Amino acid sequence: MMIGSPNQDVFAETLLALAQKDRDILVVTSDSRGSAKLTKFGDLLPDQIVEVGIAEQNVIGIAAGLASAGKTVFAVSPACFLTARALEQIKNDVAYSDRPVKVVGISAGLSYGTLGTTHHSLHDYAALRAIHNIDIVAPADNFETREAVKASLNYPRPLYMRFGKRSMPHVHPAKAKFEIGKALMIREGSDVTFVATGETVAHAAQAAEVLERDGLSCGVISMHTLKPFDSEALLRAAAGTRALITVEEHSVSGGLGERCASILMEQNVYLPFKIVAIPDEHTVTGNQMEIFVHYGISPDGLAQTARRLLQFQLT
Amino acid sequence: MQIEELRLKSVAYRKTVLEVIKQSGAGHTGGSLSCIDILNVLYNHVMNVSPNNFHDPNHDRYVQSKGHSVEALYTVLADKDFFPREALQTVERYQSPFIGHPTRHVNGIEQNTGALGHGLAVAVGMAIAGKKDGRPYRVFTLLGDGELAEGSNWEAAMTASHYKLDNLIVIIDRNRLQITGSTEAVNALEPLADKFCAFGMAVCECDGNDLQALITTFEQVPFEPGKPNLIIAHTIKGKGISFMEDDVHWHHRVPNDAEYQAALSELTETEAGLK
Repeated sequence: MMIGSPNQDVFAETLLALAQKDRDILVVTSDSRGSAKLTKFGDLLPDQIVEVGIAEQNVIGIAAGLASAGKTVFAVSPACFLTARALEQIKNDVAYSDRPVKVVGISAGLSYGTLGTTHHSLHDYAALRAIHNIDIVAPADNFETREAVKASLNYPRPLYMRFGKRSMPHVHPAKAKFEIGKALMIREGSDVTFVATGETVAHAAQAAEVLERDGLSCGVISMHTLKPFDSEALLRAAAGTRALITVEEHSVSGGLGERCASILMEQNVYLPFKIVAIPDEHTVTGNQMEIFVHYGISPDGLAQTARRLLQFQLT
Repeated sequence: MQIEELRLKSVAYRKTVLEVIKQSGAGHTGGSLSCIDILNVLYNHVMNVSPNNFHDPNHDRYVQSKGHSVEALYTVLADKDFFPREALQTVERYQSPFIGHPTRHVNGIEQNTGALGHGLAVAVGMAIAGKKDGRPYRVFTLLGDGELAEGSNWEAAMTASHYKLDNLIVIIDRNRLQITGSTEAVNALEPLADKFCAFGMAVCECDGNDLQALITTFEQVPFEPGKPNLIIAHTIKGKGISFMEDDVHWHHRVPNDAEYQAALSELTETEAGLK
């Protein structure tokens, strides 16, 4: 797979191009324009960036006020702080008050690796999923990122988007069609299917390639939208495969895996099933890739999980 | 509106506030009575907002950060014909849009509030948008004094002065009581004016239950060009009903039948004195 740019860089480039054509597009940021690659945005469009300093609650409250006056607002800050410290502002000022702010969490998931738990966002899907009237998108690669940012402009509801800081492989063929709320099938397979979200989709796709060499037929679905959830895509995949593995850069609690499990159970669909996520423990020290490997979220780890799951099914 | 008329309105509003609270069996009595004169002056004398221009981008905004005093806001909005007065009978009733805190499901309400320490940042966002677009509107926000312990207020205050938001008018309902007791005993706020001055705001203090004092203060806005305006409105919790005044027990107590009648009689006497 060809390696592209970090998704948050693509987010910044895409947003800059859009904002140059529409002066009502504003960014609110918390001393985070550097990390978000929005320095150029601030230099070129100083009237379209509202800097509030290191104050995430303020970022969201002000973003809600700007949106009430008709602005298209991107509230940008590291995901770990934005979705924890400002959770009440997201819940009340944005979601409950129905202001279609785009809440953008950068350096998301385990991007900050060795900086530790304060800087990890492994709770954001769970926290936001439980809040009514905010949708959640975690793009897999540069293509999904670009399309998600474009689609977010006129999105009628509050939206959370999550971007990481490592360079991402391209997981989609050139002609993919992106729509918020519709999962993307990357490859179909009848032995095992990975349903992955965000930047773990690339690992699932790499695992699928490894498993194909072993003679297994592997599917990969990019479930880039956690809410509203594309249940149909999940059920279709479950109907056509012997085993299903969910993959996410998030706590095992309240994320993609548990969402999939609940849908399958409620639809009486039973098949070998495994949730690959960060377990409920103090996260191991390491850089992002070391943590992925530690918890089996790497391509090799996922391939191993698939083999075990299929073996289990045979015996 | 003439001051005599405003004075009669304040008495009528107090009656309605009590009626709404008595009828719904819930409400924040003391705080609604402390801020009702401020709302009276804002909606009847100061702000450019009405049911006719509420969707006009140039209308003045009002964000009630102390959302629990919603009975005061419902009372004034009903009087301004944002919705029929009869709707007040549904306050806090099953399936009513009139819940115990402000929401945009009720016509005339700008922002959902209820959790404390949220209104000021939202108002700052509205004021920044107004400046960016060169619009004439002003943004008014009413904060309780108890909620000033929320750090989010001070984040927003910093930003308000950083962006020189002289189109923002922050009013503190300084009734000096919160649910546990005196604000100074719970977590002292004083010297409050000095704190806001230090945050770069232009501060004025007035008697927040004196309509003429409020009018005079609002007429001086902007207090200093380039600075956000902050009014410390010294009020009395439970104002207007002798046995409720400055008594923390009335924070969210609902009057019993005898208390309700006694309160109404007192207000009727006040009304007679004004006529």
